[in-house]
Amino acid sequence: MASIQPTETDREMTFGEAINDALDVALGNDPTVFLLGEDIADPPGGVVRLTHGLSTKYGTHRVRATPISEQAIAGAAIGAALGGLRPVAEIMLMDFMTLVMDQLVNHAAKHRYMSGGTSHLPLTVRTRIGHRRGAQHSSSYEAWFMHVPGIKVCAPTTAADAKGLLLSCIADDDPCLFLEPTPMVRSRRRSPVPEGDYRVPIGQAAVARDGSDVSIITYGQMTPAALEAAATLADEAISAEVVDLRSLVPLDHRTVLNSVAKTHRAVVTHAAARFAGPGAEISAMIHEELFGELERPVHRVAAAFTPVPFAQSLEQVHAPDASTIAETVREVMK
Amino acid sequence: MSSADVDLGAHDLPVDDLLNIHRTMLTIRLAEQRFMRGLSRGEFPGFYFPVQGMEAAAVGVIAALRPDDYYITTYRGIADILAKGSSLEAVFGELLGRVTGMSRGKGGTMHMADPDRGMMLTTGIVGSGTPIANGLGLSAQLLGNDRVTGVSFGDGATSIGALHEALNLASLWDLPVIFVCHNNLWGECTPLEGYTKTARLAERAAPFGIPGLTVDGTNVLEVYDAAAQAAERARRGDGPTFLEVVAPRILGHYFGDTGSYMDEAAVEQARVNDPVPKLGDWLVSQGHLGPDELDTLTGQIADEVEDALATALNSDMLPADELRTDVFAPGVDTPR
Repeated sequence: MASIQPTETDREMTFGEAINDALDVALGNDPTVFLLGEDIADPPGGVVRLTHGLSTKYGTHRVRATPISEQAIAGAAIGAALGGLRPVAEIMLMDFMTLVMDQLVNHAAKHRYMSGGTSHLPLTVRTRIGHRRGAQHSSSYEAWFMHVPGIKVCAPTTAADAKGLLLSCIADDDPCLFLEPTPMVRSRRRSPVPEGDYRVPIGQAAVARDGSDVSIITYGQMTPAALEAAATLADEAISAEVVDLRSLVPLDHRTVLNSVAKTHRAVVTHAAARFAGPGAEISAMIHEELFGELERPVHRVAAAFTPVPFAQSLEQVHAPDASTIAETVREVMK
Repeated sequence: MSSADVDLGAHDLPVDDLLNIHRTMLTIRLAEQRFMRGLSRGEFPGFYFPVQGMEAAAVGVIAALRPDDYYITTYRGIADILAKGSSLEAVFGELLGRVTGMSRGKGGTMHMADPDRGMMLTTGIVGSGTPIANGLGLSAQLLGNDRVTGVSFGDGATSIGALHEALNLASLWDLPVIFVCHNNLWGECTPLEGYTKTARLAERAAPFGIPGLTVDGTNVLEVYDAAAQAAERARRGDGPTFLEVVAPRILGHYFGDTGSYMDEAAVEQARVNDPVPKLGDWLVSQGHLGPDELDTLTGQIADEVEDALATALNSDMLPADELRTDVFAPGVDTPR
């Protein structure tokens, strides 16, 4: 994809630095952009320091630390959007999204529709998907939001996509949910990120690896595992294409269907629960559109239908990894 | 003592403003009565949450605000919405789901928004408007204008967490917001004393460092004075006010609810204190309105209501191809 090709003005950044850079660019370019969330001002600049330095640079009126008060945060974002601003709210962890469901689902998502298009809400909610913190700090609930008409859902994997999608969310005229998986946020790996107001269009998947035998469709924190599985499978003469969805709503049907029309086999993988997870929709869509062209039914490899366990022995088998993805691919190659 | 003897208190509002307030209250009353009559007779289907008895509580607050101030209301919001300046055609159109409704019929009874008149949102979820009002207040603060945001909610909303989160943030950030608690003494079908031991709901503001005022919501001038004071405080940058406006509910929770669980004597008392005739009689007693002028005015408004309702009833509903529009901005590939 052109949008993730390095250019001369790229800078090497971690995923977290790319998020900080996107917020910096948005605050610098648009006076109507402001941030609000728990602990986001300096110090500490966010509990995992993603907003570090921004309140010092732009002031605490634009980078606003809030009480531990998720409904107040979400409501203030909605109202500020109604009042002509472009708020970027941070809800510390996706498990805490339970506390803002009324504001986001009943109000943010439905407002454009309920107002017959006379009013809309340009707001972004960033939330981190936790990791290895047990059942209330590690969950992946993106399927809930996919099910709510009116919220766009972005789930980047690379640093460049994190920046490009976050800037697109902030500039978007609809409510956007932006997911930040902790394994990405904690990663020290740097990759090229274009400087300035770089945008990745919402609703465009990326082919992260070309292949011809099978399509692995994924997003967010599972993309690296899918790529690792594809590398392993290449040694076994299985050519796996990896489609990184990047956005879940709108979903890039075309890129998914083009890939599966070529490979005739598909595996969908994610860290959210398999049962009624995002993969169910993607799998159904592939079956509906390409039924006659499939060599095998679409397989899904995703998290167990359990709360996220704490014990590492259980946590390791709760969600897929490169080896279980590869195993599933071998199954569909039979 | 007849209602004409009630002393509404001294006030320096120009007579024209008093007459406008009265006209708006009477319009709300007649619009509601006409709409409910239509529902009763089966003229049209629909559902509706009556505001009878709350007219002064709504109009008194909004009359003290500027047209460019923001407001958020609830499903029992018809009085707020008409007071904020929406037309009868736009209101009836929305109640009936017609294209002439302010949201083209996509919102309906509980979701009226008229952003051009500062009526930003109507919520059907108890208490949920209050955190959103903070955001409107914050937008005024950050954009450097002096717009005030009012948000009304019923007494039932004082039991929900959203309001308490909102009060805390509004106080912390000195937001220019007026929290207007329309205390009609009923949380749906449960009386106030059945759900709280807080005798005066405005006391809920005190722990947050917010002034809490309680006024007689059947006396529009008292309501106006308190709201004007709150608006001035907000515009000065001194922060929010909690304004409890006590206006006993006269009818049931929703159209069709006979209110059989309500105490008859209390309802009778509420009828005696009905704010609409109370203001009309007072205007007559003060010589601001002749008795025949009141009759003429009532007839005029009734005609306007009838015309607006006819316009709505003669309007189309959106065609089926509008089902999937307005989920996202135009042009977005919306899932089928």
